[in-house]
Amino acid sequence: MRINCPNCGERDRREFYYQGDALALHRPAAGADPLAWDDYLHNRDNPAGDTTDLWFHEAGCGAWLVVERNTVTHAVHNATLVEKVRR
Amino acid sequence: MGYSGFRVIKEGLFGQKGWKPVWRDPDPKPEYDAVIIGGGGHGLATAYYLAREHGMTNIAVLEKGYIGGGNVGRNTTIVRANYFLPGNSEFYSHSLKLWEGMEQDLNYNVMHSQRGLINLFHSDGQRDAFARRGNAMINQGDDAILLDTDGVRQILPYLDFDNVRFPIYGGLYHPRGGTARHDAVAWGYARGSDQRGVDIIQNCEVTGINIEGGVVKGVQTTRGAIKAKKVGIVVAGRSGQVAAMAGMRLPIESHVLQAFVTEGLKPIIDHVVSFGMGHFYISQSDKGGLVFGGDLDFYSSYAARGNLPMVEHVMDAAMTLMPMIGKARVLRSWGGIMDMTPDGSPIIDKTPTEGLFIDCGWCYGGFKAVPGSGFSFAHLMATGRHHEPAAKYRLDRFRTGVGLMDEEGTGSQHNLH
Amino acid sequence: MRLHKPDNSVTFTFDGRPIKGVPGEPVAAALLANGIKLVARSFKYHRPRGIMSAGSEEQNALVTVGRGAQTEPNVRATTLDVAEGLEVFSQNAWPSLRYDMMAVNDLISPFLGAGFYYKTFMWPKSFWEKLYEPAIRRAAGLGGLSGQTNEDRYEKAFAFCDVLVIGAGPAGLMAALTAGRAGADVILADEDTAPGGRLLREVEEVDGTPGADWAAQAASELAAMDNVRIMTRTTVTGAYDQGTYGALEQIAGPRAADKPLACFWRIVAQKAILCAGALERPIAFPNNDRPGIMMASAVRAYVNRWGVVPGKRVTVFGNNDDAHRTARDLAAAGIRIAALIDSRDDAQVGADYPVYTGAQVIGTKGRHALESITISHGGGTRKILTDCLAMSGGWNPTVHLTCHMNGRPTWRDDIASFVPTPDAIPGMVTAGACNGTFSTAGCLKEGAEVAADVAKGLGLKPKMTVPHADDSAYAISPLWAVPGKGRKWIDFQNDVHVKDIALAAQESFRSVEHMKRYTTQGMAPDQGKSSNVVALAVLADATGRGIPETGTTTFRPPFVPVPIAVMGAGSQGKGFAPERLTTSHHASTAQGAPMIEAGLWYRPSYFPLPGETHWRQSCDREVGYVRDAVGVCDVSTLGKIDIQGPDAAALLDFVYANTFSTLNVGKVRYGLMLREDGQVMDDGTTARLGEQHFVMTTTTAAAGLVMRHLEFVLQVLRPDLDTHVISATEQWAQFAVAGPKSRDLLNTVLDQRLDDADWPFMACGQISIGRARGRLFRISFSGEHAYEVAVPSRYGESLFRLLTAQAQTMGGGPYGMEALNVLRIEKGFITHAEIHGRTTAFDIGMDRMVSRKKDCMGQAAAARPGLVDDAREQLVGLKAITPTDTLLAGAHLFAQSARAIRTNSEGYMTSVCYSPTLDGHIGLGFLKHGRARHGEVVRMVDHLRNVETLAKVCDPVFFDPTGGRARG
Repeated sequence: MRINCPNCGERDRREFYYQGDALALHRPAAGADPLAWDDYLHNRDNPAGDTTDLWFHEAGCGAWLVVERNTVTHAVHNATLVEKVRR
Repeated sequence: MGYSGFRVIKEGLFGQKGWKPVWRDPDPKPEYDAVIIGGGGHGLATAYYLAREHGMTNIAVLEKGYIGGGNVGRNTTIVRANYFLPGNSEFYSHSLKLWEGMEQDLNYNVMHSQRGLINLFHSDGQRDAFARRGNAMINQGDDAILLDTDGVRQILPYLDFDNVRFPIYGGLYHPRGGTARHDAVAWGYARGSDQRGVDIIQNCEVTGINIEGGVVKGVQTTRGAIKAKKVGIVVAGRSGQVAAMAGMRLPIESHVLQAFVTEGLKPIIDHVVSFGMGHFYISQSDKGGLVFGGDLDFYSSYAARGNLPMVEHVMDAAMTLMPMIGKARVLRSWGGIMDMTPDGSPIIDKTPTEGLFIDCGWCYGGFKAVPGSGFSFAHLMATGRHHEPAAKYRLDRFRTGVGLMDEEGTGSQHNLH
Repeated sequence: MRLHKPDNSVTFTFDGRPIKGVPGEPVAAALLANGIKLVARSFKYHRPRGIMSAGSEEQNALVTVGRGAQTEPNVRATTLDVAEGLEVFSQNAWPSLRYDMMAVNDLISPFLGAGFYYKTFMWPKSFWEKLYEPAIRRAAGLGGLSGQTNEDRYEKAFAFCDVLVIGAGPAGLMAALTAGRAGADVILADEDTAPGGRLLREVEEVDGTPGADWAAQAASELAAMDNVRIMTRTTVTGAYDQGTYGALEQIAGPRAADKPLACFWRIVAQKAILCAGALERPIAFPNNDRPGIMMASAVRAYVNRWGVVPGKRVTVFGNNDDAHRTARDLAAAGIRIAALIDSRDDAQVGADYPVYTGAQVIGTKGRHALESITISHGGGTRKILTDCLAMSGGWNPTVHLTCHMNGRPTWRDDIASFVPTPDAIPGMVTAGACNGTFSTAGCLKEGAEVAADVAKGLGLKPKMTVPHADDSAYAISPLWAVPGKGRKWIDFQNDVHVKDIALAAQESFRSVEHMKRYTTQGMAPDQGKSSNVVALAVLADATGRGIPETGTTTFRPPFVPVPIAVMGAGSQGKGFAPERLTTSHHASTAQGAPMIEAGLWYRPSYFPLPGETHWRQSCDREVGYVRDAVGVCDVSTLGKIDIQGPDAAALLDFVYANTFSTLNVGKVRYGLMLREDGQVMDDGTTARLGEQHFVMTTTTAAAGLVMRHLEFVLQVLRPDLDTHVISATEQWAQFAVAGPKSRDLLNTVLDQRLDDADWPFMACGQISIGRARGRLFRISFSGEHAYEVAVPSRYGESLFRLLTAQAQTMGGGPYGMEALNVLRIEKGFITHAEIHGRTTAFDIGMDRMVSRKKDCMGQAAAARPGLVDDAREQLVGLKAITPTDTLLAGAHLFAQSARAIRTNSEGYMTSVCYSPTLDGHIGLGFLKHGRARHGEVVRMVDHLRNVETLAKVCDPVFFDPTGGRARG
């Protein structure tokens, strides 16, 4: 598996750390309902198909990436710096 | 039809003509008392115990493909009861006891082989953690022996003890741990269920769950609608998709776990051995192949196949731990889809829909759980009450934080267990 | 027998018997040339078997090579080069290949049908592990490993290219030529010893020259191109995501100490062209497995390529025109063709040897070698004497790699075979025989066309020239299994025959996956390369379905079996993980300190002095250094993260449970870090070196984890924070100088003079030692007056030597991990033994540290009811009631009178030591309601080590509870 890091170009999967669904980007605000935290920390859409998740180019540039990917075919459609998404 | 050595000889003499189908191939009936979605090991075991323990025989197992086609047919066949957290301890202990009577109970040889499992450790800290585990196993009434380096050397002389990156400090030996012929478990439960009147319906995919007023009424399938008073979802690898049919979102992320087998070899590894400094566990099948595996590929996936980085990691671990198997050749690699939960432990529970139950989240430890899970899930479905050994496998424990069973201590990130 | 007398030869042995072989030929060819028919015993019934094929798909001729640690089991004699002195052994036979006792299985085979073992061996229960299973295990398996540690070298490597051409037959050569001439970076991989594929094995012309010569010319043109790399003896084993391929290269030539045996390649290709050819499949007829019965294409390969004659009276049996080539080529070479048997009524053959059309082989004879066959023909039967039967059931395109990503092949009726489904592997196209194109002309043309398309796609301008070659059509009429009685073998390797498949279907195993798993068809070392399609056809017949409807099982990597040693190359012994050494490593080992693993680091366990015979003596002495004088310990392995920027304090407030924005410059604070799920992740101290500059320490184990966590927070959760972090663990060497004389020691070393006013407890700042500029932190992990001094790593070793030398003059010295552990337990300081991932701030008595005034990681989840339940196990100290009694980490805690069972377990020990300071065994542990139970006596039970100790519950701080020594 290879991911096209916007900083470094296409790199082997072994350079990256996988964290999970990109909903990690949407942390509940302080004081949010416990159910919101439950959804954030635990519950997942877990799609069989296209998904968006977070990867860290740990053995590369150190950038966190939002990766659009397919969980059935392993196609990698796109990788964007979290920095760009959050801006 | 009973199986026995006598029967095998008799059929051998008469050209094997008398063997009957191991399960019938019925068309679905319009209505059942209970429907199990998923014809894997857990689903078939649930049907078996519903029929045997609770007298529920007007039930069906619905399988979208062929029975036993999921993780029960693609695991590394390890059977053990070596957990240490309350909830897991009693569950796996019960499950192992069911394993120990399974063949006689099912009249089917699943080749359960209690050849002993040794978890190696490589530091003082790991030894302390394994000691805690071993003591918990004995507290539970199961067996465990703490070996020092020499103790390991006596049992596993072929390990690399001398020139190794992470020396072997010892091992936790679980004599009742072992292996079984994985496919046979599914077939044995299918046969036992079928004999008790359960309809096993293959090539029947559930496409919807009918719910009225918060109560389950049945399922929609590719072979028509089926009414049912109770419905159990037991579909590891597809739990999220099927639960979504009932409007549920589960604390599960699906991951791929690879496994490997070598060409057939004369007996060389007599136990199940697991490495403590990298994920690697191995045993030798009765056919002679070395069966081994490692960790998840770590990215969410439904592909049931993986990539080379984890393949190589597993081979790396094999070579540092037991370099005598270097010349064994990997014949086949494959993958399974794991229901990873936020604490690495499973879920056997009711759902917000009355009459709808779910059994999921076995991470990559589901095979050894097959009998226990089937027994406890059948108990829950039949009686509406949790079976004591599985009583802690609640769906709401993540929200409340009550009774989390995070054996690895890695926290709520699904793929880290 | 050989067609020509060879120019030179080598001698190897087979079961001890010397055999002459010709360099460049496989062992199988030499065995055939020497008239050796019986080479192996089958897996289950131990039936005599001979050589069947001439390639890696070989089912029968598996042998063991070498002795001792070099022993390699299950080697295909068909792909093993002959070499001088090579020792080859038959396997799975006892006492000998010819007289194998286990052949008794064949006599009782009626009772050993498919899946028989699921139905018996259940009584009595205890006999399974003791009797049945060991017997089954001994009988099973093929070759054996030596059991000795691997001594051979293997390698792994990466390669990158524009176009990976898999297979160097006519299609692959044309693809490589076309892409290479257009300027693409090409890798051409082929498992044979030379490029050419079937051109090396057929009597055919390409552009008017013999096929093998044309292939050699093409190969030399390719070899001359800088942009093309030819990899022979290299099998592409697997197709993975985004154009990644695994490949196994066997390194040619004799064994040498500095030379790897094989290399495992990870090839990344923009495009791949699969030109893997096709494999001939057998026909199922009674006793079709006798030595001497071979694949038709293999028979002519031995004759055409190696000049080896597999038999004196050869018969050929086929259902397609291609089989006729074998008769034609052999007859042309002067070998007697006893009969050509074609199952098709309408087969057209003009030949001067006997031809039987509409005929089938219905029986064979010959125990250790084929002697005769019986055919049915024209309503009658006929016996034909023959010592070699060449069979052909048609060709299966080698679609395997196209299935590695879950692709399913497509059935083609006209060739009665599966072909690749387009786009099954992203970026891969197929050409030639693997695509169902069987004529040489077709292969050449398709290879060129496909490569031209690929080159265009890469933005190149390919030119196409296709040489002229034979373009005869392939005609086949399917024949899977000959009707009639007798065992008709399908999977020769796993001894599966037609009736086994029928029995599976009869017993409900009608799905192709069930059939495979029940009969074991396709699960042997060849993974069904030759048998799968025949088995499917027989299953389809048994279940009344068509072949496409029956479906296929899944081909999975690797295409050929790959040694564990080559995929794990470099990891044996110490190679498994990097070794990280501190700057004091050599100074420590010079003092005899045993070094122990701490993550990837090595740290000294203790520093023995002459006369000390037990680690405890050294440890107790080192503890005394710190409590009474001064000790020095390398703490460089702790993670050090430099944090700078206007929002550095805000970042710390967010990632730590407690507050850091209130920390003054020049001060250090202990910090507790939670995971977002509310459990403790790590702890450590963080120093404020400037208004916008902090340096954080982490535990050794969590250094990488915390670094990733901080980047996650900064990039993902809090991009509003203007702050940067960088790991500085390797840049700084850091030493703890601890004990009542620590300040005195440092005052002999530092340029600055330390006193309480400028350097109070938890102060930090810059120091210098000559030219070395460093940092000093007045912090303590021992409870004593202590410092940690950090200098750039290049000064680390000399500072360590200086500090320890000075300490020794003051009644102290270096101390190791054992003493460090005792010191911290005496003070109740936690490590990952306590914060093991299931511990909350509440559990360790630090919940008051979790600030409610700010938002921080883990705060919300830590408030979940289950994480603040009073009944949780809480950190306590435990002291053995009888000082000589031991405590054990991992033991469980019970009420004094309670039975030691799970439901009574109230907690467990996490860290224990003998405290020389307190002269007794003490420990830390977790106990239900523990904080409310100080003073109570509990029972520690360790079943594993058979130890029971009564212990008194106390505060985890055993020594100097007010902390006066660290502050003073």
